[in-house]
Amino acid sequence: MAETLDVCVRVRPSRKSPFVVDAAFSVPPGITILFGPSGAGKSTTLAAIAGLLVPEAGRIRVGEEVWFDHDARVDRPAHRRGVGLVFQSLALFPHLTALANVAYGIGKTPDREQRARRLLQKMRVEHLAERHPVTFSGGEAQRVALARAFAIGPRVLLLDEAFSAMDEPLRRELQADVRAFVDEARIPVLQITHHREEARALGDRVVVLEDGRVKAAGSTTLLTG
Amino acid sequence: MTWQPLVLSFQVAAAATVIAGVIGIALGAWLALWRFPGRDLVDVLVTSPLLVPPTVLGYYVLVAIGQHSPVGRLYHALTGGTLVFSRAGVIVAATLGALPFVAKAARAAIEAVDPALARAARTLGASPWRAFTTVVLPLASRGIAAGLMLGFARALGDFGVTLMVAGDIPGETQTASLAIYDAIQASREADAAGMIAVLSALACAVLYAANKLTRPRHG
Repeated sequence: MAETLDVCVRVRPSRKSPFVVDAAFSVPPGITILFGPSGAGKSTTLAAIAGLLVPEAGRIRVGEEVWFDHDARVDRPAHRRGVGLVFQSLALFPHLTALANVAYGIGKTPDREQRARRLLQKMRVEHLAERHPVTFSGGEAQRVALARAFAIGPRVLLLDEAFSAMDEPLRRELQADVRAFVDEARIPVLQITHHREEARALGDRVVVLEDGRVKAAGSTTLLTG
Repeated sequence: MTWQPLVLSFQVAAAATVIAGVIGIALGAWLALWRFPGRDLVDVLVTSPLLVPPTVLGYYVLVAIGQHSPVGRLYHALTGGTLVFSRAGVIVAATLGALPFVAKAARAAIEAVDPALARAARTLGASPWRAFTTVVLPLASRGIAAGLMLGFARALGDFGVTLMVAGDIPGETQTASLAIYDAIQASREADAAGMIAVLSALACAVLYAANKLTRPRHG
């Protein structure tokens, strides 16, 4: 069932994040771009959605399920939210093979390894299965990181400038992989970028964040000009 | 010449390393991962056995585990024996010597692990404990292993605290360091030579291995 992610959070600066966020927006199924300059609070917002930091106030909801509600004292821990998060640094586990990285988030089911292999295959990196991240090229690491995020069957997918370091053809390829996954899974995807062209090409919608506040939200045509 | 003190030293160092390993890794993780009031004070207390004179440290330990202390009374109630002037006392002294090496190494090794990796594990469904044991701990293991080796070497060679807490009872609490001291005092250098050679070689080997473990890996 297609669900919408509703976010309304206030985050004050802390050791974990120096940025202020006071934003409210919705992310329907499909790809929503979180657009804004450096320091706008984009990564902080993603961390709050993933449960990696506790907002000072607000509410985060997916469909009818409340993940965070300050007033009702609800704060579902990160490991029970089902958020697929691809970090800017990718954060692949260096001591595990590609297969073990992807299998990490799959429960202890008998077909765990098969499922992980299928995902690597889908991302065209099955040849990396027994290799460690230190041996991957940039593009290969991106694919394994995406496969790992897809593996948990996420209810929400968050991409923190995951493709920013890639060249254009590779970025398009990876984005097509994300698009195929989203079309099949019908989940909300929130993707950070501060490249206007990329935002227009990739997103269904856009939320523009400036100084932690939503400046505009709607169609990606908002970014024209 | 008897090798018994050396055998006792190895037994004590092994036991002390296991105990210091459990406590030291827990302390190192606590100091590395949590911000709490008094964190610096805890760090100072954990490190202090490195710098406090052994006799002073020995005095504190005597007070803490002596027959009339709560710990000493509890130990007596459980085992019928005493901690001081016993092998258990030797292990306590050696553990105290090893602990700063393990805790410091564990803290540094855990702090060196990219925090994004533990966060990634959390989003992949891992509880904080699973994220720690399957991601942070394996990545910190080389540094922790180096700390355990240094702690073992330190426990093996403890002298001052052991003497204060457990005395120098041949066949019971006399470790290699104490036996060497006794032999030199009695002009029995030949008796001490073997143990001196073994302890010296072991210290060098441990330092070499610890350096290898903590050197950054490439490729």
